[in-house]
Amino acid sequence: MTELSASNTQQFNRGVIDSMPLVLGGIPFGVIFGTLAMNAGFDIWQTIGMSSIVFAGSAQFVAVGMLAAGTSMGFIIGATIIINLRHLIYAASMLPHVKHLPQRWRVPLGFLLVDEVFAATYPRYLQNPQSNNNHWHYLGVGVSFFVSWNIATVVGIFFGANVEGIGSWGLDFAMSATFIGMVMPHLVNKPMIAGVLTSGVVALATYHLPHKMGLVIASISGMAVGYYLDSRREVTEK
Amino acid sequence: MNIWLLIALMALVTFSIRYALYARANAITLPAKLERALKFSAPCVLTAIWVPSVLMPNGEIDITLTNPYFIGGFVAVVIGLWKKNTLLTIVVSMVCFFTYKWFIG
Repeated sequence: MTELSASNTQQFNRGVIDSMPLVLGGIPFGVIFGTLAMNAGFDIWQTIGMSSIVFAGSAQFVAVGMLAAGTSMGFIIGATIIINLRHLIYAASMLPHVKHLPQRWRVPLGFLLVDEVFAATYPRYLQNPQSNNNHWHYLGVGVSFFVSWNIATVVGIFFGANVEGIGSWGLDFAMSATFIGMVMPHLVNKPMIAGVLTSGVVALATYHLPHKMGLVIASISGMAVGYYLDSRREVTEK
Repeated sequence: MNIWLLIALMALVTFSIRYALYARANAITLPAKLERALKFSAPCVLTAIWVPSVLMPNGEIDITLTNPYFIGGFVAVVIGLWKKNTLLTIVVSMVCFFTYKWFIG
């Protein structure tokens, strides 16, 4: 079990490596965001500020879109809250793994808790439960994704016109491939299979709901089905 | 509208949601039922993201051979279920996706 003795630096570097497919998948979105924000009337620093201070991909897109459509600030903030509610699910999942950490760790780790970071670091905790320095992996994933998101935004600001077709290059498939690769190994029992299938079907059915509400509804439906079958299985085994 | 104020408020609510549970992590004990449901969180959330991006890349369901995301996603699911190896799944399905996308032009 060499993994157990991985040093903090090794954990961090491993996190950077594990983030790579999601970094690749995130690049077109960062570039497009940089381009869109400038077109919506943000200046350079406001565009960079959005990616570095808010750091919330989907919410950034929605905010720029709503702003361009003349929506008032209260509604944009409301939409931001709804879009980011899914992060509560991530935080609850990570909770047992961060409670031993001091606040100087929890603050940056909380700030970095976006879809891709949770997706890339959570499996590490499951595979390596005995390790007491998995938070270095989390930090490695988070810093890597944060830096790349901001670089992509800057590229969008200055070179958006030159890479106009970047959205159609298909780089976003890297994210789907990564998520599929992460989910498939979990499909080993009925509750998990049923939960994941439910989540996928509900996600398709609710895709057109505003503010990523479909994502939240689909995730919770899948979790509910998994939970129900899991608890029923336990009852029948007793 | 003051864009800097908008950025500050968005940052505030976004960070608050992500940090709220972490802030009092020692004091919070999740109910056993919720912990059981959370075992399903990562696979379900990730699936709720990848299924629409693979099956409806343009906003409408497209399960045809003209959709390279569907083809690549299908390959990823097969390799993933068969080999249960994340990195292998990513690499093979991306090669298939980009080759197929280039092939159909």
